Amino acid sequence: MIPELGKYATEVLGAYAVTLLLLAALIGGSLMRSAKVRKQLKEVEERNNG
Amino acid sequence: MASIWQYANPVKFMQTSAKVLPALSVLTAVTLIVGLVWGFFFTPDDYKQGSTVKIMFIHVPAALMAINAWLMMLVASLIWLVRRHHVSALAARAAAPIGITMTLIALFTGAIWGQPMWGTYWAWDPRLTSFLVLFLFYLGYMALWAAIENPDAAADLTSVLCMVGSVFALLSRYAVNFWNQGLHQGASVSLDKEEHVNDVFFYPLLLCMIGFVLLFVLLVLLRTRTEIRTRRLKTLMARERMT
Repeated sequence: MIPELGKYATEVLGAYAVTLLLLAALIGGSLMRSAKVRKQLKEVEERNNG
Repeated sequence: MASIWQYANPVKFMQTSAKVLPALSVLTAVTLIVGLVWGFFFTPDDYKQGSTVKIMFIHVPAALMAINAWLMMLVASLIWLVRRHHVSALAARAAAPIGITMTLIALFTGAIWGQPMWGTYWAWDPRLTSFLVLFLFYLGYMALWAAIENPDAAADLTSVLCMVGSVFALLSRYAVNFWNQGLHQGASVSLDKEEHVNDVFFYPLLLCMIGFVLLFVLLVLLRTRTEIRTRRLKTLMARERMT
């Protein structure tokens, strides 16, 4: 499945792993914060309206 | 004709971005996956750099966004300073964590790529050093937003810092041309045929660059929505405390 990367396999795979890790942290963090704030806002709005 | 300034209204921004986000998410995912799979699995090794050329498909788009995020932040900051639209200030704030992540990716992948090509992970080369300073500018910008409680004062001060950071981002872009004694090569995508990468690498690279731009736009929209909600949440909670 993985193409023949020769003697630079560690460097290439390492670079992709670091990138995917950082992107996953950025996207995951953004989604989690979005969900948390949306939930908190909904609770406060319901409290104010209720 | 509808004015672009209507999107400065938080309600209008929330409504429009909610409609755009699902389609944009799919488009971003498809572009990124196709670009990265094409670049990683279906491109040949370079005759000089071997398989490390595959690092280009993440390094170049990340560096592109690390620099150009400042452009977006600059425009948003200027809109805030001139027209006092809160959504634009919040959009600039929302972009910074994305920009700093892109800078980190560019720095890490550059270091990993540099070791086999230059024999070192790091050198005080103009492009590398200017990217490190760019990273510090992002840190300072985010810290300033976090440190000031008054949101308008924070937006004012960070807008001024953003102008300085943008000048530095421009310098980073052209550092290779200004100070040509460094290790880093010129632009991979260039009108100069001698510098421009071969078409076999160019098309997947172009797709990856488009994918990173789309990812940036997607995340800025998502994070700006969160910033708007956070602002409203703080207002409502402050009102609750007063009653």
